[in-house]
Amino acid sequence: MRRTMPPNFPIPLHAPNRYSPPMTTPDPLTLNSWQVIAALDELPPGLVERTILLDTPLAMTRDRDGLPVVWRRTDEETGDEIDPETIFDRLPVTTGYGFVWTSLGTPPTDLFPIPEYAEPDRVNMSCGSIGIHVSAPRAVENFLDMGHFPYVHTDILGAEPHTEVKEYDVEVSEERDEVLATRCRFFQPRAALSATDGMEVEYVYRVPHPYCSVLYKSSPEAPERRDVIAIFLQPVSEERCRAHLLQSMIDSTSTITELRRFQQTIFGQDKPILENQYPKRLPLDPRSETPIRADKSAIAYRRWLSQKGVNYGVIPVAS
Amino acid sequence: MTLSLTDSTWYPIASSDDLPFRHVYQGQLLGRELAVWRADDGNVNVWENRCLHRGVRLSIGINEGGELKCQYHGWRYANRSAGCTYIPAHPADAPARRIQNRTYPVREAFGLIWSAANDDQPFQPFPGAETGEWFPLRPIPVNAAPEDVLAGLVTLAPDDQPADILPGLAVRLGAAHYFVQPVDSNRAVIRGLLQGQPEDAVTTLRSYNETLTKLRDRLERAARKKPAPEPLQPSFEQVSVDLATMPDIAIPRGNTITVVVKRKWASADGIIGFELAPREGHLPTFQPGAHIDVHLPNGLIRQYSITNGPGELLSYIIGVKAESAGKGGSKILVESVREGDLLSISEPRNNFPLRRDAVRTVLIAAGIGITPLLSMARFLDKSSLPYELHYFTRLGEHIAFRPELEALHGKVQFHTGLARPEIAQTISQTLGEWSHAQHVYVCGPSALLESVRVTAATQGWPEESIHFEYFKNDKVIDDSSSFEVELARSAMTLQVPAGKTILEVMREAGLQVPSSCEQGACGTCLTGVIEGECDHQDVYLNDTEKRANTAILTCVSRAKSARLVLDI
Repeated sequence: MRRTMPPNFPIPLHAPNRYSPPMTTPDPLTLNSWQVIAALDELPPGLVERTILLDTPLAMTRDRDGLPVVWRRTDEETGDEIDPETIFDRLPVTTGYGFVWTSLGTPPTDLFPIPEYAEPDRVNMSCGSIGIHVSAPRAVENFLDMGHFPYVHTDILGAEPHTEVKEYDVEVSEERDEVLATRCRFFQPRAALSATDGMEVEYVYRVPHPYCSVLYKSSPEAPERRDVIAIFLQPVSEERCRAHLLQSMIDSTSTITELRRFQQTIFGQDKPILENQYPKRLPLDPRSETPIRADKSAIAYRRWLSQKGVNYGVIPVAS
Repeated sequence: MTLSLTDSTWYPIASSDDLPFRHVYQGQLLGRELAVWRADDGNVNVWENRCLHRGVRLSIGINEGGELKCQYHGWRYANRSAGCTYIPAHPADAPARRIQNRTYPVREAFGLIWSAANDDQPFQPFPGAETGEWFPLRPIPVNAAPEDVLAGLVTLAPDDQPADILPGLAVRLGAAHYFVQPVDSNRAVIRGLLQGQPEDAVTTLRSYNETLTKLRDRLERAARKKPAPEPLQPSFEQVSVDLATMPDIAIPRGNTITVVVKRKWASADGIIGFELAPREGHLPTFQPGAHIDVHLPNGLIRQYSITNGPGELLSYIIGVKAESAGKGGSKILVESVREGDLLSISEPRNNFPLRRDAVRTVLIAAGIGITPLLSMARFLDKSSLPYELHYFTRLGEHIAFRPELEALHGKVQFHTGLARPEIAQTISQTLGEWSHAQHVYVCGPSALLESVRVTAATQGWPEESIHFEYFKNDKVIDDSSSFEVELARSAMTLQVPAGKTILEVMREAGLQVPSSCEQGACGTCLTGVIEGECDHQDVYLNDTEKRANTAILTCVSRAKSARLVLDI
């Protein structure tokens, strides 16, 4: 049910001669981490693709062996032909989970693990990359949130009046240095296409990287195993990000198009909400917003970012 | 003139026409975004455009008529107070009443909505405003500094008729008054008023539009050549420490409000309605099911449920039973309190929260027990949630709040003059077999409560789906434990033996401790708990508050631990 729109006049949000606020220099952890920038199979060999990471313009392509090459962009344009052999000043690069990752500093040897990805019977796919006008941490927090299912993903992941977020467990795993939320349960009116009655689904969330999160939910096809959906956020600027989505499913019936469309529908519903969130950077001061018990995972996430000294895409606690 | 975030001038921020039925308008003033909405009672709300939970704009929320609902997690905020009344993620809990959005002063006058950054200044209409009828022009947004826009308007004056500059970025040019709404350091809206109703409104609007559009082009061209000024940087107020930390249970104590008895009437045979209004402004936010303590002239404190619907904060309406027994506090209210009298009431408390996440809600009342359920029905009604209300009375003339009940859109059934077995049968049929997300709320005499509880239980209703409220503590108090209490501020350690209450022991030790009902119902003796585990035996604290273990009623409750440290 939507209200009718009145004859409003549009007030442009920004005057044409826009004031540019000063830029933040990313903290060492953010600079030295692997950051996602593209889906590997969407990167054309021998042609230039552009993107922006941490306010830094980048160019990328793939070499003859199919391996990605990334460097700081000067005057290259999208679609330019390029011989990767001529690029000498390259940024570190790795591939993982179907995506290209780079770093503006000195990255660790390995990406965080998602062991399920390597299981031979899984359908792994990238579900597209979607730009969002909000900070990467805000998007991570939305991914961890169940309370919005009935309101934002109406009749898919939830439906009014079933709005309760039951108690769940959150811990910050010291050994793996990640936030882990378990026993997350939510009532879904139609968890599977065949279902007529609602059922409670159980989720596990991991946040293994300040801008990435992995979700596990029981697979309708193999109840003892879990489907994996991951979101990798590319921090374009402090207030913009690109969401790269991965699905690693146990599903022998649905087509890849159907599975992709499902994730894109979900994300298309989140985007307008996220873009109406203020401030766009995630405030880390506990007194800046009003948490409730359902937000335990978000509280742990904010605290974890604070402890790690992440300063990019967040409003740090005033010291 | 430089713009300031603390500028207390009243500026127009919208036209009255911008607020059609159930719409939320996005306004802007001095760098701040505003959610502007009209409730069904006509009241215009101007709030910070941000849900306190996660910062989502409330201007994309849903205006439900008495409450505004955030699109992200469905939090509801009440008309007038902007207090949060419901958090769907925790449907069984009453939210902390102090979750309250920032509001700005508002006045609707001359076809415009006016607001200010703070309420340091009373609203003062422009000179000559009261003399006639006003016709608002179409607003013209301009990307230029507000003071430049004002200067531009002044240049529109013909040579022989100089502009008359008015206080607060306003100017009079002949028949037209122009107000510059300072949106930000580099943005403004020109809002004009013409005196009287023009003969040909469309032609008049078009002509002014043309003039102002030309002015806008000129101003924006000039502004583009200047360096962009830094935008105003409004800060968001911090929430209180106890809202920011997880156990956000804050139990109100002792705050009373003085109200005027605005109306007293016989709502039914033996039931008197009281309308209690604040001396100015509005009353605090309440949730459906909430009650207030009324401090009676004879010193007693009695609890009465609020019957109001969502966002109705100009007065609370309660129902009082004219008890023939003559005992208790109701008698004095009924017999000696008159219209115009002043009474002290507490802030609303809610021990009977309404879940709004049910597929079926059954409300069962008898006699005066209708009062909290009327409020619940009104909330469910406004949100178009399914419910049915069954009201048992002995006689038709005993039906309280009949017109109010008949105005509801849901299924409302009066059951009059039924004998006990028939009542039991009706309850049984009404409840039916339980299925997921069905809830029943019952209020009335203890026989009805018992009947509903037993019937529901035998028909498969789980305990958590049956809701009722105690005003009297009918529980048998178990005072067999003995323990030690340490009074942190009084630097005293006392032994509480079996058979004595903490309150009694404190009084024996010479402490002055306030109390009233001494049966764990009124909350007067509420004391903070610093350490130890409470054995709550009262009916004042709700389950969440009891679990929080931060306060105790010393008149009935005891300790489960060997030692209890109290903040007294």
